[in-house]
Amino acid sequence: MMTTNIMIVGVGGQGSLLASKLLGRLMMNEGYEVKVSEVHGMSQRGGSVVTYVRYGEKVYSPIIDKGEADFIVSFEKLEAARYAPYLKIGGAIVVNTQEIDPMPVITGATVYPESVLDNLKADGVNVYDIDALTPALEAGSSKAVNIVLMGKLAKLLGLPAEKWIQAIRESVNPKFVEMNIKAFELGYNA
Amino acid sequence: MKKLMLGNEAVARGLLEAGCRVVSSYPGTPSTEITEYAAKYDEIYCEWAPNEKVATEVAFGAALSGTRSACCMKHVGLNVAADPLFTISYTGTNAGFVICVADDPGMHSSQNEQDSRHYARASKTPMLEPSDASEAKEYAKLAFELSERYDTPVLLRMCTRIAHSQCSVELCEPKQAEPREYVKNPQKYIMAPANAIKRHPVVEERQQRLTDLANSTEINKVYKGESRKLGIITSGTCYQYAREVFGDEAYILKIGMAYPLPTTLIEDFSKEVERVVVIEELDPFIEEHCKAMGIKVEGKSLFPIVGEFSQSMVREVLKGEAAGFISSRDEIPGRPPVMCAGCPHRGLFYVLGKKKITTLADIGCYTLGFAPPLNAIDSVICMGASVSGLHGFNKGAGKADKTVAVIGDSTFMHSGMTGLANIAYNGTNSTVIIVDNSITGMTGHQHNPTTGYNIKGEPAGKIDLEALCHALGINRVRVVDPYDLKAVDTAITEELAADEPSVIISRRPCALLKYVKHEKPLVVDEDKCRSCKACMKIGCPAISMKGGKAKIDETLCVGCGVCKQLCHFSAIGGDK
Repeated sequence: MMTTNIMIVGVGGQGSLLASKLLGRLMMNEGYEVKVSEVHGMSQRGGSVVTYVRYGEKVYSPIIDKGEADFIVSFEKLEAARYAPYLKIGGAIVVNTQEIDPMPVITGATVYPESVLDNLKADGVNVYDIDALTPALEAGSSKAVNIVLMGKLAKLLGLPAEKWIQAIRESVNPKFVEMNIKAFELGYNA
Repeated sequence: MKKLMLGNEAVARGLLEAGCRVVSSYPGTPSTEITEYAAKYDEIYCEWAPNEKVATEVAFGAALSGTRSACCMKHVGLNVAADPLFTISYTGTNAGFVICVADDPGMHSSQNEQDSRHYARASKTPMLEPSDASEAKEYAKLAFELSERYDTPVLLRMCTRIAHSQCSVELCEPKQAEPREYVKNPQKYIMAPANAIKRHPVVEERQQRLTDLANSTEINKVYKGESRKLGIITSGTCYQYAREVFGDEAYILKIGMAYPLPTTLIEDFSKEVERVVVIEELDPFIEEHCKAMGIKVEGKSLFPIVGEFSQSMVREVLKGEAAGFISSRDEIPGRPPVMCAGCPHRGLFYVLGKKKITTLADIGCYTLGFAPPLNAIDSVICMGASVSGLHGFNKGAGKADKTVAVIGDSTFMHSGMTGLANIAYNGTNSTVIIVDNSITGMTGHQHNPTTGYNIKGEPAGKIDLEALCHALGINRVRVVDPYDLKAVDTAITEELAADEPSVIISRRPCALLKYVKHEKPLVVDEDKCRSCKACMKIGCPAISMKGGKAKIDETLCVGCGVCKQLCHFSAIGGDK
């Protein structure tokens, strides 16, 4: 089997580490070799963050470069456009439609581009956009946006939902397992 | 049992399995989690030291006593720890002593891109370099063995992509390392000239034996490929990129021991292949070694010295192949890191910027005070440089009425104190601002000597910053709340005017600390908002202009009230 490359991108503090932990756990359970690469430190302070997850029979590099990602899961709209060049031609993006203004927009140095998703679609990217905040709040917390998006991704990857739910039980703090399972299901069925 | 582990967690596990019992470190990305994970093992005593020099000396002391020990730091931390390193190389050790150092190619979270391998060569200390988390654990264990077998400190070199990448790691049974007896040995451990001159030849002889080891050790490994056209010499994460691209196609010499480098192994390897290419991030360390041996290799003529590599870079350079990708049609605004909503540093930098003060700042979250719209910092060099640099700036300029230093609580303990002593001793009317957010922030909330808690969160000795500054010879020490812009302004004005050195402690805990209670989010009264954007001047990520009016994101706002003080029209309030 070829290596599958998934990027999880967003804004520092949005919970991409838990999403990658869940995905890594799932693919380990499936018997794949897994490599996950994270970003810590300065970028976590509200900056653009990216996590790479790679799995397959044999995986060497822990990172994903331009033109290599099968899927991008973006926690924020602008970040989807930023990392779109990392997508394989014909790849898919799962994107939360939430907008978080970056500092150059806040200071008025530039504006938030409005048409990013339309442009991605026009470029032939398979865009799965979802307002992940509403189901996250329904599940119990705005912080569950990450798991809602994983639910959406799960539908595309084709593994049975039960396996994801098992991986959630194994990788999430027991206190929040039920909330996250609900968030996952809302994303999966969205 | 196999576990998906972060490289840094794997190093910690390696320390445990090797029977390491003492770890002393100073936090620094990308090395911090080694010590945090080690602290989760009850078998290992772990601590945050005030700086890397202290950490290294603590760990050496523990090794001298007969207990396997380690210290961990980022690459620039090794600059601070270089002093003990060079001489511990002479004394050697008693029990195993390992220094973990993490480089940051691409500078994800660092002020420079230095290559730690130079320290191994300069201090004549062996260095191991793993290429993933699984190797990181095994090399950590091997480092202790080599340390004891060759009577030397051993450097374990990590880099961001290994420290912060996870892969599957096979867990082994932790070993019980028998404590070694401490025997007094002045000729070996007192590095006065008469003794040190006798230790230097011992080091040189050890170098020779270590080079012999490098030629035979199984961590320097040749992978025989299908074709002899290309031979790649590489190490660390670059090995993974090379294998990703070439698989079993080319000959690869994987260097697991970064110093000393093998000689005959490289010579033999180069004879087996038609062309030799060295793939290494940062400096041409392996390449220059090969060239000094008279071996024809290519390296930096093909690959950059600056920044990180990737498999696609290797593919493009050596195979001329590039993956197709879509280029975005939109102008994508950058998203640089920012001070969080409610960050106590924000108010201070706003005032400094407004008053056009020349600000020499330091290393920490508050370095972000340089960024627009605050633009409130003039220089940042290294830990502590703000305080000592300010004294020099004021001496050089012949006045001290428009300049300050800004340094965090942890950074002040690390390297600011000595600079402050110099200000008191050599007398400039300098004004030093200690931004005390009661935690080491940027590296992810580690305790330090001013917080009153140790690495496990248990109560510990607490340094009183005011008393410390007084003791260092500063009479004028005052505390302000950085959420109170007027008080900050007054304090800065008065202390700059004072006829003696002074310290302002800008004190408020980091808004992300769990015990910090947040106020209700603030709300903009749209009818009162005149769109003047005065509230935008503090660069708060919770405030933006929507439909021509200021809007506060209630999921981000912690109600700090700094923006409210800037609004001339009382448009920002606490209730909807």
